[in-house]
Amino acid sequence: MAEAAPPPRTRPISPFLFPPTGTYRWQMTSTMSILHRITGVALGVGALLLTWWLLALLGEPSDFAAVQDFLGSIFGHFLLLGWTWALFYHLSNGIRHLVWDTGHALTLPNVYRGGWLVIGMSVVLTLATWLAGYWLR
Amino acid sequence: MPSHHSQKRLVGPLSRARGLGSAKHGLQHWWAQRVSAVALVPLTLWFVYSVVHLTGADQARVHDWLARPASAILMSLFIVAMFHHLALGLQTVIEDYVHREGVKLTALLLVKGLIVLTAAAALFTVLHVAVGG
Repeated sequence: MAEAAPPPRTRPISPFLFPPTGTYRWQMTSTMSILHRITGVALGVGALLLTWWLLALLGEPSDFAAVQDFLGSIFGHFLLLGWTWALFYHLSNGIRHLVWDTGHALTLPNVYRGGWLVIGMSVVLTLATWLAGYWLR
Repeated sequence: MPSHHSQKRLVGPLSRARGLGSAKHGLQHWWAQRVSAVALVPLTLWFVYSVVHLTGADQARVHDWLARPASAILMSLFIVAMFHHLALGLQTVIEDYVHREGVKLTALLLVKGLIVLTAAAALFTVLHVAVGG
């Protein structure tokens, strides 16, 4: 019995590469994953600021005013806005992770659905928080 | 039933009894990260709500707010849960990306030390204000 010739071997292409050119295909899922870490580290830096704000309560009223003035500056607002979004992103995506830990929503469509929900929630909650802050000021 | 259960485990019976996973205490770390995460969901929402209400407040107003028992208790819990969660998370990040043993150990100790110091300062402030500082 003659042996059948083996089929021509072509190297399987990674799902993260576009077939024609082999260029890297961006994925929302991996970006959201690394963003969870980046926002987590950024929030750790924010924890230093929170401690500075709390410690200023033990000093003179002018010490506390200095912290509040910094946070009220353009740069302070820029930092606080970034931290607000980072907080809501990490919180929403953290809940997404907790849902996965229970074994739910692990199909690819649900992973993407949850991803868009997290992005939407983080933006909406950030805007709502800042609108409330300006309204209550 | 027990046999079905043990199929889902990645550790042997002895390791399971001693609470040891493949990384010796990986399960404990993983679980503590989740427990602190669950605790932080309501605590973070309370924290954001409080900070929004304190927008533009002076020292006296923030001091009065933090001196209230409910604020002091929740703020203490937030500080403990948040810094614990931060320590676990940063440990994972360092272990994932730093592979030179000496640098890794130094980074882990520095980060842990900074977190313990900062958490102690934040917690001390809350208690000081709460007991009438």
